[in-house]
Amino acid sequence: MSSLFPLLMALALAPFIQGVINRTKAVVAGRVGQPLSQPYRDLVKLLRKGAVYSQTTTWIFRTGPVVGLASMICAAALLPFGAFPALASFAGDLVLLAYLLALARFFTVLAALDTGSSFEAMGASREVTFSALAEPALFLGLAALARQTGSLSLTPLLTTISPSTWMQAAPALGLTIGALVIVFLAENARIPVDDPTTHLELTMIHEVMVLDHSGPDFAMIQYAAALKMWLLGAIIVAIAIPWHSDNFLLDGGAAIFGMLALAVVTGIIESSMARLRLLRVTQLLIAAIVLSGLALALVQR
Amino acid sequence: MNQLVNAILVFLLLTGFLLLASSRLAACIRAVAIQGILLGFLAITSQDGKLSVVGVLLPIISAAVKGFLLPWLLLRAMRDADTVREVEPLITYNLSVMTGAMALAVSLWLGQRLPLPNQPTSSLFVPTAFFTCMVGFVLLVTRRKAITQVLGYLTLENGVYAFGAAVALDMPVLVELGILLDVFVGVFVMGIAIFHISRQFDHIDTDRLVSLSDRVR
Repeated sequence: MSSLFPLLMALALAPFIQGVINRTKAVVAGRVGQPLSQPYRDLVKLLRKGAVYSQTTTWIFRTGPVVGLASMICAAALLPFGAFPALASFAGDLVLLAYLLALARFFTVLAALDTGSSFEAMGASREVTFSALAEPALFLGLAALARQTGSLSLTPLLTTISPSTWMQAAPALGLTIGALVIVFLAENARIPVDDPTTHLELTMIHEVMVLDHSGPDFAMIQYAAALKMWLLGAIIVAIAIPWHSDNFLLDGGAAIFGMLALAVVTGIIESSMARLRLLRVTQLLIAAIVLSGLALALVQR
Repeated sequence: MNQLVNAILVFLLLTGFLLLASSRLAACIRAVAIQGILLGFLAITSQDGKLSVVGVLLPIISAAVKGFLLPWLLLRAMRDADTVREVEPLITYNLSVMTGAMALAVSLWLGQRLPLPNQPTSSLFVPTAFFTCMVGFVLLVTRRKAITQVLGYLTLENGVYAFGAAVALDMPVLVELGILLDVFVGVFVMGIAIFHISRQFDHIDTDRLVSLSDRVR
């Protein structure tokens, strides 16, 4: 039961996190905001609609959302949540996690290119550029954690982080969290990197790639995006909340509280910052690489 | 205590990277100010419990001068010279940051190889000092504005101070005060020089100064 818990939580609560972010932004801006269940309602609405396919597209276009969602669900099966071990765990599964994220991205990019629209190709180009810089930051951060905890599998790696680990290596863990937060914002197309609400051609990265998808396909893309945010967030929360009791309710509650807190922080970042210029985004991501590289150098000593 | 020293050292490293990455002069000046204050804390925390009046007072004076007085002078010079940004550094900011990462790798390697008379409290101490010095060098070499070059000089001095805090726990008071006075006078003179350069040329790009010469053409 407790090994199914992380996967079930991810599948059930991932869209809720987006609802919390939207609500936070609304409250900061002085609006009432959407109901917290709005992302779920959007998904249901999209699932009931029919899909429209352009005649220039091929099977790749239809495969994109399916592969994207499938790899996110596989990734969710690999990731522990709070103190609960993941469904599957083996040495080196952190590499698989990173490459499942990359696989989903690769197929989204292919589907975008398949439409033959130069507009979508531009978004694809930006997405690939930025994720090429975000991936080393993620890998170096995970490598620092692996070195510190001495294991190559996500479940022991993230669940063995305890207050005493923080006492030993607080600077390294803090730097890793900093780097992972930047990766979290960049990979999920949140504000300093990309604006999720805009549909202006000059600004967007992720949204432009999925413009041609409709109906159930778009629902899959939205749900996969929510899952991706949940997954990257769960890594950060697992590092930031190192206390574990053996109580099911306490541990689960702490982890969910961590996710909600992360959502609120994201909402506040989005409300208080402007989107960076595209040239500055690379600088931000290089900063993330430097942070996690520094963390790795610290735990090596 | 060791964790606290480590945390301060990591913050020092981060301010170094901030100096390399930021194009805003005010942000750079603030980063150097933070470095000065961090160094004050560092000198107090790394003394291993043997606190003396002089040992506490000197870091506080140095933090006050480097963290408040010099930044104030530099911010004023910046306002007088009407410059907000370093516009065209000789290498791009991304490249500067990567140079910084390489400098960090080199200084980590150096820190392991260097034999020292007495072991510093943290193994990160010597690498951080070297890294801060190298950031100072990079700023001096690659930036065009006079203010950023002054900042490079200050960063270099911060690195030397960090090294001093690491190995020479009992540096004579007179020497430390002398260094502090030198830095203060240096920055003071440079502030005046920046003002005069900007009044003469309407900008503070130092690479144009090459054309100044006593020779009759």
